[in-house]
Amino acid sequence: MTASSRNNVRVIGKESGPTVLLAHGFGCDQNLWRLVAPVLAQRFRVVLFDHVGAGRSDLSAWSAERYATLDGYATDILDICADLELRDVVLVGHSVSAMISVLAVNRDPARFAKLVLLTPSPCYLDDGDYRGGFSRADIDELLESLDSNYLGWSATMAPVIMGNPDRPELGAELTESFCRTDPAIARVFAQTTFLSDNRADLPGVGVPTLVIQCRQDAIAPPEVGQYVHERIAGSTLVTLDATGHCPQLSAPEATAGAITTFVEASPR
Amino acid sequence: MCEADGAASDAGAADANPAFSALLEDSAEDLYENAPCGYLSTLMDGTIAKINTTLLTWLGQERDELVGRRRFTDLLTVGGRIYHETHIAPTLRMHGEIGGLALELRTAGGNRLPVLVTSAVKTGPDGTAQLIRTTIFDARDRRAYEQELLRARQDADRERDRAKKLAATLQRSLLPPVLPAVPGMDVASYYHPASTDEVGGDFYDLFPLTDDTWGFFLGDVSGKGAEAAAVTSLTRYTLRAAAASDPDPVAVLRILNNVLNHEYRGADPRFCTVVYGLLVPDGTGCAITLASGGHPPAVLLPAGGDPEFCATPGGQLVGALPHARFVTVHVRLNAGDTLLLYSDGLTEARTHGRVRYSEDQLLDFLRTTAPRSATETVDAVTGLLTRFGDGVDDDTALLALSAEQ
Repeated sequence: MTASSRNNVRVIGKESGPTVLLAHGFGCDQNLWRLVAPVLAQRFRVVLFDHVGAGRSDLSAWSAERYATLDGYATDILDICADLELRDVVLVGHSVSAMISVLAVNRDPARFAKLVLLTPSPCYLDDGDYRGGFSRADIDELLESLDSNYLGWSATMAPVIMGNPDRPELGAELTESFCRTDPAIARVFAQTTFLSDNRADLPGVGVPTLVIQCRQDAIAPPEVGQYVHERIAGSTLVTLDATGHCPQLSAPEATAGAITTFVEASPR
Repeated sequence: MCEADGAASDAGAADANPAFSALLEDSAEDLYENAPCGYLSTLMDGTIAKINTTLLTWLGQERDELVGRRRFTDLLTVGGRIYHETHIAPTLRMHGEIGGLALELRTAGGNRLPVLVTSAVKTGPDGTAQLIRTTIFDARDRRAYEQELLRARQDADRERDRAKKLAATLQRSLLPPVLPAVPGMDVASYYHPASTDEVGGDFYDLFPLTDDTWGFFLGDVSGKGAEAAAVTSLTRYTLRAAAASDPDPVAVLRILNNVLNHEYRGADPRFCTVVYGLLVPDGTGCAITLASGGHPPAVLLPAGGDPEFCATPGGQLVGALPHARFVTVHVRLNAGDTLLLYSDGLTEARTHGRVRYSEDQLLDFLRTTAPRSATETVDAVTGLLTRFGDGVDDDTALLALSAEQ
């Protein structure tokens, strides 16, 4: 099994352009880039993928041990780069993938030209003077939310997961319910995402970095984006006039615009 | 008179059907405000634009505290808010609707109200998203019911695990944990239960009878599960006890036949197929006497020749008839020769759809792979079973004995 098939990798856009690798966050899959990817594809070679456990990734590759830390996901990104022999990659990580991308870049800086952190948070939990925005009890509540949507999930998704080659109509259903994940996998991913603390990894980033945040974001508030910007030397901070945690959807033009400008800027 | 009658009859119609007049008077606005569900309209950024009286009553809040001032996510628990931002909002943006979501609202009194939420995006004439309409149903009873279901499912999962563990333990108790070492011989075995929930019906054993003779058997009991396990247990201990008193293989099978025949003579007859063998090592190899009761024939793999069946024609099922007939065959294993006993889980495995493997194909397979010891033989056949995958739909047992080179 190659990383490309494991992570359902898709390559679109201008073959001769710079490579932009888009990493989706917790709760969705590569579909989240649907409004942004075509814009970027006009100028760049755009690589999309699903994290293992999400979208159309190979669910048999998932294991609670490997994906109990963000490092497991960072390894997958490096695997994809190696598999496709990508060089001078501009890595764009959304939400939790922002920190996954930080880990990947720190482990193999030579592979990457630039880094874009979209609505990042290095630590979701409050800790001393640091305000991540959430308490441990809040995260337990999220796990509860995932559990209470468990019954609804299993009714629609179980047939797809169990594999029904003789029922192709389930493929359509899968697209329909693109944001749904196996609850057991979602639970582990939620824990990994919201209980990780990557603040110490930020100063290690050695490639030009752009931090994009939204004016109002319940998951990664502006102070957190500011914190990330301050701890990555030489990084640029852009605050979009957008709300929510997914500016790729609420403000796709502005998001694509910010990424494009940054990719095309000559290195300082 | 006629007019008076008419007036009286009009009034009578309204009196007779007050529900109808009430329906006519029901305005769309009243229906919105006091509907038996909550209505909420928000701007695309979540800011509450409109909310009905029913929902305000549930929340215990005033309209002007919320409209234009709060977002929908402000009404949710923190966990629900994260779920909203990471799952619901993206889906709404991309599909324009989402339904059947289990969330909890926080009321002004600090309580939590379990609700089921459905949202749809309203688009303008040019296709741009304008606002999100949300209906909210009180799901207290429903959620309690779902919690019961969830608990029942968790209980069922636990019970299933327990049953699996029990079956595995029972299975282990019916098979030798390790095969004893036989001087000058290589011995190997393999067992694959068809199901992890139930105890399989195949069994085998190898054990010392005296200082220089050994008994072994491999068989298959009719049925599966606890009932079959009881028969397997009885069969196994009967074979071992019978062999200790009279090592002649036919005598051993006769005793087993009597025991099963008497034990299960009622409406639930139980029987088995089995190959029993007496093994006497003699320095350069060993002499084996085999007796079979209705079991697929053992395979002899000579060191320098083609594999062949050790046929025991006419051997009858054990336990089915009061005076069953058993047949013996004598086999000699010289250095490098191997004897393989197996159950029909192997020879009746499905290979392509409904096509089953066969004894002849097994012989061909062994001829091509030409394993050179008991261990190699069991490894080769185990590999074959792995390739069959789901095609192996019955329990499968293997026992191989070879004289060392």
